[in-house]
Amino acid sequence: MAKITRREFMKGMVAGSAAVAGTMAVPGVVRKAFTAKATLNIGLWNHWIPGAVDVHSAIINEWAAKNNVEAKIDLLGPQVRDIRTIASAEARAGTGHDIMALGPFDSWAFVKQCEPLNDVAEYLEKKYGKFDSLGTYLSYSEEDKAWYALPAPMGSHSYPMVSRMDYFNQYAGIDLPALFPADASKRDAKKVDGWTYDVFLEAAKKLHKAGYPFGNPISETSDGNDWLGPLLLSFGSQPMDREGNITIESDGTLAALEYLKELVQYMPEDIYGWDDASNNRWIISGKGSCIQNPPSAWSVAKKDQPQNAAQLWHHDTPKGPAGRFRGALFYNFIMWKWCKDKQAAKDLLMYLLEKDQQWKILAAGQGYDMPQLTPMYAHPVWQEQGPPPGTIYNYIIRGDEQLVVGGYPAHPIAGNSIYGKHILPVMVAKATTGEMTPKEAMKWCAQELEMIAE
Amino acid sequence: MVTIRSMVNGRPAVSAKPRLSLLSRLRSRRWAAYWMILPLVVLIVGLVVYPFVYSVYLSFENKAETKFVGLQNYTKLLYYDTFWLVTGNSFRFTLTAVFFKATLGLILALILNNLPIGGQRLWRGVSLIPWVMPLALSSMGWWWIFEPTHSAINWILVQLGGSPKPWLSDPFWARVACIVTNIWYGTPFFMIMYLAGLKSIPESLYEAAQIDGARALQRFRYVTFPMLSKLIGITVMFSTIVTFANFDIVRILTRGGPRYTTHLFGTYAFNIGIEAGHLPRGSAVALFMVPVLGVAAFFILRNIARGEE
Repeated sequence: MAKITRREFMKGMVAGSAAVAGTMAVPGVVRKAFTAKATLNIGLWNHWIPGAVDVHSAIINEWAAKNNVEAKIDLLGPQVRDIRTIASAEARAGTGHDIMALGPFDSWAFVKQCEPLNDVAEYLEKKYGKFDSLGTYLSYSEEDKAWYALPAPMGSHSYPMVSRMDYFNQYAGIDLPALFPADASKRDAKKVDGWTYDVFLEAAKKLHKAGYPFGNPISETSDGNDWLGPLLLSFGSQPMDREGNITIESDGTLAALEYLKELVQYMPEDIYGWDDASNNRWIISGKGSCIQNPPSAWSVAKKDQPQNAAQLWHHDTPKGPAGRFRGALFYNFIMWKWCKDKQAAKDLLMYLLEKDQQWKILAAGQGYDMPQLTPMYAHPVWQEQGPPPGTIYNYIIRGDEQLVVGGYPAHPIAGNSIYGKHILPVMVAKATTGEMTPKEAMKWCAQELEMIAE
Repeated sequence: MVTIRSMVNGRPAVSAKPRLSLLSRLRSRRWAAYWMILPLVVLIVGLVVYPFVYSVYLSFENKAETKFVGLQNYTKLLYYDTFWLVTGNSFRFTLTAVFFKATLGLILALILNNLPIGGQRLWRGVSLIPWVMPLALSSMGWWWIFEPTHSAINWILVQLGGSPKPWLSDPFWARVACIVTNIWYGTPFFMIMYLAGLKSIPESLYEAAQIDGARALQRFRYVTFPMLSKLIGITVMFSTIVTFANFDIVRILTRGGPRYTTHLFGTYAFNIGIEAGHLPRGSAVALFMVPVLGVAAFFILRNIARGEE
């Protein structure tokens, strides 16, 4: 019986039977190599975890060797804004890499130059279930019914709370590992439901009094967006809807700003000048009791301040009147329209996003990378990491949190501008420093949103 | 060159030059000059003229770059509070930094000029370090000095019994930090220019002034300053252009914060154009710099032209 290759599948059997898809998915199937040698230039995100990108590169090279493809890999970043600048130049020039790993929103800046990847996305969804809603929001165009990007794990990360177990226990009377154990089946839904912003505010007061304040930036930084965007949503504040209507002037925004005005009293005074690394240093140094960050801060603390790292616990964000939201930045792959070997590029992307490959990539990322397909949540890496054992178990969504990005639910092109201009953190800064009243800050924000709309 | 001469009506005929081939013409001295400047012309056209024209073209398009919108990107900015904040920041930053750079540069040059030759060489070299250092690198150093939580300068202030300042997190102090960094970087440029100017003032002028009984301050006022004034004008204008278009310092120290209060035209254009994905409006912001830079360039060129006369 002739073996069915991905290549054949992609040529016209997207809507084919599950049986065909099943055959495709069988690991170890020897695929027919490309008859003429194809060349793919790949811009890969340069992971900050030592060795992670080597694993990714090895997977690509192994596939390339088997399929008679010459894969040329460039390591880009790790700062995503650098990758965006490169992508921007390539989009203008109409030449460059064939495949690129991009940060959140970036594919939307280059939609006209991106090749739709519907067949690959549909294949993956059929096999593994729907992508996370944030992944879909960032990669799929509802208007064009097109996947201009493919949600990928490498580099994708979220912003859970990273808290000192000892300080919370001692000064706020909250046992975080008991509330968010490293086993989802042991969660007490009622107790988790009680983890609200009001409870957190009380804890923040106590921790501040004890000399270990909660610290997060309210400044023109990515991290500023990543905790304030979700917090505003938790109070029902949305900057703009998908249709472009400005919705920031709302009771939800007022409530959130009033809440934040109180919260900042128990935070360090210099948060208005913090950058993305400031909150990491805050928690690593032992000065702070809580930040919101991926496990990178804990990972550095393991090396530099192991005694502090051993006290850190990653857990869910508090719940607000409108729900529980956690910030996340999801990365994806795009294929440029000028790619000469589109079939080879699609084959490679599909191969990279298959479970076997994702499994290796997630292991190499030591728990930092977040999958965007829920079956990958079963990977043991988040259970295994420590000390303390299980500290990053809840880095993956285990409860009722919804992953969002600052700027959501605006159309991603507008969301990109909201995020890139840091409009939400600046609005919060204006309201909480007293430069403006919350109402004035909302009006200012509405003017900013109007300016980026067109 | 061979010329054929003959007599026509008793007068020498006009010299008949043999026709030069195109290749020979291109090899001629006049053409050689064009050939030699060609790489520079190509570079200027490719890296200055083309991007400039393209950014003008972009600034007339809509966000998606699919529709011509005329001057809309410019006019919208005029009704926009943040744009005027950025305009104020840019002028405040430029005027303050250039004033201090020019003043300190002159003071340093006068001090250096009065040092013994050996010491002068050493200090001249040392003073130039900030200017020859890559600005991005030195800005990183200054960022470490001002870093909000673990500021080195605050540590020193506290050790000396003072109170820490909210560098980078308060609009006033963040502006001070950006201006101080720019002064530190740009003062050596003024110093070296003035020093060169001081060296070219004839000693006889000072001797004559001294014979007339002029004191040090009077010698400076009536000899040094007038002799340097043209150079001061050119240097100030040149520095105004570079300072007004500054990017690195703000980008590294504050990223335009807190609350956009340190954004300059350059950083704000980058923020809107690249980070926020609105390239046409980012181009419009950047092009608002052109009139200011154009006026400065006009005065520089006029000064140079007068100097040549």
